[in-house]
Amino acid sequence: MHRLLRLLGREFVIGVPFSWLAFFFFLPFLILAYISFVDMGNDIHPFKPLWDSATGVVNLKYENYVSIFRAEGGALFDTLYLESYGRSIKYAFATATLCLAIGYPFAYFLARASAHLRPALLMMVMLPFWTSFLLRVYAWKGILADQGLLNQLLLALGLIAEPIQMLYTDVSMLVGMSYVYLPFMVLPLYANLVKLDYSLLEAAYDLGATPWKAFWLVTVPLSKAGIIAGFMLVFIPALGEFVIPSLLGGPENLMIGRVVWDEMFTANNWPRASALAVVMIGAIVVPLALYYRHRGQAEAQH
Amino acid sequence: MADVKEGYLVTEDLVKRFDEAIAVDEVNLSIRQGEIFALLGSSGCGKSTLLRMLAGFEKPSSGRILLGGQDVAGMAPYERPINMMFQSYALFPHLDIWDNVAFGLKREGCPKAEIQQRVGAMLDLVQLTPYARRKPHQLSGGQQQRVALARSLAKKPKLLLLDEPLGALDKKLREQTQFELVNIIEQVGVTCVMVTHDQEEAMTMANRIAVMSKGRVLQVGSPKEIYEFPSSRFVADFIGNVNLFDGKLSVDEADHCAIATSLGEMQVGHGISGSLGMPVTLAVRPEKISIAKQRPAGVDRNLFQGRVKEIAYFGSFNTFIVVTPDGTKVKITEPNGSRHDLLDLTWEDEVFFWWDDTDGVALRD
Repeated sequence: MHRLLRLLGREFVIGVPFSWLAFFFFLPFLILAYISFVDMGNDIHPFKPLWDSATGVVNLKYENYVSIFRAEGGALFDTLYLESYGRSIKYAFATATLCLAIGYPFAYFLARASAHLRPALLMMVMLPFWTSFLLRVYAWKGILADQGLLNQLLLALGLIAEPIQMLYTDVSMLVGMSYVYLPFMVLPLYANLVKLDYSLLEAAYDLGATPWKAFWLVTVPLSKAGIIAGFMLVFIPALGEFVIPSLLGGPENLMIGRVVWDEMFTANNWPRASALAVVMIGAIVVPLALYYRHRGQAEAQH
Repeated sequence: MADVKEGYLVTEDLVKRFDEAIAVDEVNLSIRQGEIFALLGSSGCGKSTLLRMLAGFEKPSSGRILLGGQDVAGMAPYERPINMMFQSYALFPHLDIWDNVAFGLKREGCPKAEIQQRVGAMLDLVQLTPYARRKPHQLSGGQQQRVALARSLAKKPKLLLLDEPLGALDKKLREQTQFELVNIIEQVGVTCVMVTHDQEEAMTMANRIAVMSKGRVLQVGSPKEIYEFPSSRFVADFIGNVNLFDGKLSVDEADHCAIATSLGEMQVGHGISGSLGMPVTLAVRPEKISIAKQRPAGVDRNLFQGRVKEIAYFGSFNTFIVVTPDGTKVKITEPNGSRHDLLDLTWEDEVFFWWDDTDGVALRD
């Protein structure tokens, strides 16, 4: 009886988060996958059965997927969808790289700060989360606009003769995305760097490495796990980002998040929107799974 | 003290202050080429700070560090021809054993063939050639220690620093390792400064020892000198076991003196050129004191009586605590050299104990 309770207890502890994931992630994904095969015809209702109840014939509409890779009458892989996938990957990659470039020194000095200063500094990294995300993005509008703070400052300093267009360009979008996602880079990097044994750096100096060399040969390789974790934490949400490109990006910065939105609510083509989402999830999950499998094997060798 | 001219590594009035606290206070050392020199002291005595100044991790507040006549005090650690074996070994966990040992040579920009040859020779020296492609965490503590040694010797440093070299090993492994370590260091012939809080480690490994306390060097000498001829009460007490008898100087000649203590007058086989009546402490090692139930024949000096209070059996020797009528506790050790316990002493026995004039050291404080 006692054992039974304990067994139940253990399964309960594992079961709660597991069912949470099953209900709120896996099930919705299945529904999404389901819709992506629906033939809506001229109906406005996407939840149509995939099989004919009279004949039992299953009818999957593959066109939702096919049209992602080939437009009607166009060449293979020459579609607006793939273009915006590509753009999303490019911007997400640029955002993650920028966050890494800014976040690494940030996390490094955070980790090297004296122990009693660290909680306060860490607090400051998370402080922006206390204000509304939308407000913060709008604030960037005020800074980057043609008559915005930055342009006025540059004009006043005489560095430029007329305002530079920054808002609604790649620049404004990347600034906004890097700004919003920076903490997601800093925190895992900090968690990693704070554990770095300082005597390893001293050993490197002792053996003739300059501080710069020691950084590249010891600190960076040892923080690889933090770099990868931070990169993923920024890259993945940035890939599907919808709000920031809409507010700070221009028409040529169309990302996949916006395309899905348009298919869903403007074209009212839920199956197409679902297919787009499924392809994107696949594009993220498959390489990730391969990476973790590879890492698992590499670790198993040791 | 060694002649300053033969000093290979010399520290001149070396001082290190942290804010207001003085960690190292005017240390003057002269270390000979090729010797193993130990800095011995309890934690916080400044020995580690001194070592870190030699390595270049701490900047001296004042003073000079001369290595082969060259002042290295202002040099960065990566510019010094000095390598250190860290207490934690500080092996690079992401590199295999071969790359750990090659790390310093690569920074020097050695040609590839030379690195190959040198790393190979180092791994042979520490007998780890079969493990060249393992990662540090796959090795045992003793093996990791040998990798750390090989890495710190790879660049042929002019000076090798050892920070608590055996501190991370368990007791059994220590004894075996310390002989190995000394063999390798002597084989290479490198001058070596080690830091330790373990007097046994210092005595067995070092040619000379500097005993440190509160940032100062109290005495420098060979293990034997330090043990047999401590120059101060602190050193006598710190190294090994000792009985300290406080008293007043009653006789003081060139070759002998006497001290009046609460037990009676004690004769000492050397003079201390002090003034009569000054407070003096006599230090006598427990193993120098003889003990017996019967009054020994022909002994009339440094002979006292007491009662056995405690007996501790250590296998190879016995320790007795004898209390004299005035309440002084005296520690006496006797080797267990014979099949039968000839002493046949037990608790509460009345005993005699005595030592030779030359077995005690008179210390002025």
